[in-house]
Amino acid sequence: MRVVAAMSGGVDSAVAAARAVDAGHDVTGVHLALSRNPRSYRSGARGCCSIEDAGDARRAADQLGIPFYVWDMSEEFADNVVDDFIAEYSAGRTPNPCLRCNEKIKFAAVLDRALALGFDAVATGHYAQLETAADGTIEMHRAIDMGKDQSYVLGVLTQDQLAHSLFPLGDTTKDVVRVEAARRGIQVAQKPDSHDICFIPDGDNAGWLTEKLGPKPGSIVDEDGTVLREHEGAYAFTIGQRRGLRLGVPADDGKPRFVLDIEPVSGTVTVGPREQLSVDSLEGIKPLWCGAAPTESLDCTVQLRAHGEEHRATVVVDGSDVRVELHDPAFGIAPGQACVIYDGTRVVGSATISHTNRRVDA
Amino acid sequence: MNSPERSVYLDHAATTPMVPEAIAVMTEELARTGNASSLHASGRAARRTVEEARELIAERFGARPSEVVFCSGGTEANNLAIKGLYWSRLAQDPARDRIIFSAIEHHALLDPVTWLAKHEGAQVDMTPVDSAGRILIDELRASVDAAPSRVAAITTMWANNEMGTIQPISDVVQIAREYDIPVHSDAVQAAGYVPLDFAASGLDAMTITAHKLGGPVGVGALIIRREIDATPLLHGGGQERDLRSGTIGVALIAAFAKAVDVTLARQAETVVRIEALRQRLVDGILQVVPDAIVNGDPLPGPDHRLPNIAHVTFPGCEGDAMLMLLDAQGIECSTGSACAAGVPQPSHVLLAMGYDEVAARGSLRFSLGHTSTEADVDALIAALPAVHQRALRANLVRTTS
Repeated sequence: MRVVAAMSGGVDSAVAAARAVDAGHDVTGVHLALSRNPRSYRSGARGCCSIEDAGDARRAADQLGIPFYVWDMSEEFADNVVDDFIAEYSAGRTPNPCLRCNEKIKFAAVLDRALALGFDAVATGHYAQLETAADGTIEMHRAIDMGKDQSYVLGVLTQDQLAHSLFPLGDTTKDVVRVEAARRGIQVAQKPDSHDICFIPDGDNAGWLTEKLGPKPGSIVDEDGTVLREHEGAYAFTIGQRRGLRLGVPADDGKPRFVLDIEPVSGTVTVGPREQLSVDSLEGIKPLWCGAAPTESLDCTVQLRAHGEEHRATVVVDGSDVRVELHDPAFGIAPGQACVIYDGTRVVGSATISHTNRRVDA
Repeated sequence: MNSPERSVYLDHAATTPMVPEAIAVMTEELARTGNASSLHASGRAARRTVEEARELIAERFGARPSEVVFCSGGTEANNLAIKGLYWSRLAQDPARDRIIFSAIEHHALLDPVTWLAKHEGAQVDMTPVDSAGRILIDELRASVDAAPSRVAAITTMWANNEMGTIQPISDVVQIAREYDIPVHSDAVQAAGYVPLDFAASGLDAMTITAHKLGGPVGVGALIIRREIDATPLLHGGGQERDLRSGTIGVALIAAFAKAVDVTLARQAETVVRIEALRQRLVDGILQVVPDAIVNGDPLPGPDHRLPNIAHVTFPGCEGDAMLMLLDAQGIECSTGSACAAGVPQPSHVLLAMGYDEVAARGSLRFSLGHTSTEADVDALIAALPAVHQRALRANLVRTTS
């Protein structure tokens, strides 16, 4: 196959490209330029968009002996990922930009361009496994390295997209990938993992959003509606957040308080004790199925945030919506995040969390 | 996988292969020891090589040997010229703080000018160009006339590196003469393809570099009149007329001179041959992609266009997609100027010529040189239809998604 290997400049995508070469594919390395101004995004060892990262990716491609190009996807990224991120936060939700990037950029804009240019597939360094079922359906499974598993941020991919995707690292642990990179002489073998949002240079999401959206003062209130303090913008807060609330006076019972609710119009942020964060069921919109949509209620597990734990649940498809009954309560679930549905290790599909509910008697 | 011997190289304006004679001279000189500034026999031998090279280069470009200042290449020569002239003129007369430059200069000139504006308080005045990429001489005259006593220097490249459009240097010089304003020209792209006579041109400073005319990368020269004061950028041993310091690169300079010698001796016949090849290339492109647009000045000759550059817009395509598809078949060309991260930016030259960003992104530069053959051109034309179709499709996907 003719394969585009998306190379971020990190160790994972470099080894993924190397494995695609070893598998006998005709591989072309492509670094995605996602920032309109490469200098404005995070630089240094952790980024995926800096000039240094582009250089690292180029070096890795040189070492693999494959052609290498930079594709400018900055417009698509700004329109579909960055603007969406801002809009979601200003609506009081908590988006996952990595998932959005996979859905709209890596396995859409990039894949479509690659196919039009005569390539057959896109390979990335994501940790997930693909298997073809007896009926020809392509199944996506969790990676064997559960600490690195990225099936959650790939949970939005459809059969069409998976049919043209390669994840060469899904059967390997990160430690082994680093060893393999070193053995192959790839310079970035010891480059630290990236964690933060790539377009927020210093990891200060709240500061970045404040800069983009401007101050939008509101109140932080407790469950009774007592105003605890004023804030500069509700988008600086996330459901379930505990740190950085700066409430001054402790709660009456002395227990820590968490963000329970964000009301985007008034900007009111409600805080309260952890038990008020418990969620027993949730609703999801815009479901995407990795194969056929389930026709009846599904006993399964769901994951409700990146690197979050699995929850046993019953999922019911209701038209274009999804209802998820959790068998045990989950805590700090933020609308805007994805609910990815698993059957064992297999990804069944995903939906965007629109609403969370707590049993009144809880 | 591309192998170098199989590649169809159509990017001579980026760098052209060294002529074998220059490789031979350089190899020979590399085996020799001797600092050209040393006083012993080895040093004197090295110095002799350098001075003979200087004399040859001076002679071939209509300059005096003492006017040839060797340096690391075009970027350094341009920096030395524009910063050196600006600072020395300003030191003589604090009112002279303006630099007039053209909109289509190479980044090696554009960026030092921008830097002077940002960090040294220079007032900069950009001369616009017409749709062929030639400066509007009346605009230049108007900006000189506005405040002639405040102009520190004028700089206009001899021939543009993307379009090949040749600039009206004698007109620029004539305007500058009236007010005794020094004129610099970046002739990097012109050298080897059009006759260059420094003295006859009336220029005060001119940039040339070895690797565009069959010499090695890493050596070039600023040809600058003796009477002109320029402030040095590099301070040290003052090896090159106190204008440029650094141990003299004997082997590089010897190879530079040999390349000048060989290339200029063959220039007249090379130009005829390459102009014919370019015509074959342009005709071939228009035959397989009828809506392609050949940019710049259509007329050949030393007042119009370099013989070796064909700059083509492919409507509805992205240049970088076409470049990649051609590269996959061993055919090498350019989209224009590349930026630091390798992200193709729309060319400032095309934008200055009045093209929009979409057209500017959809263009390729094919440039020929002394090793180009009909087979190279034919290989491009044979590959182009399929490449063009794919690029059209890829762009459609992009603009409709």
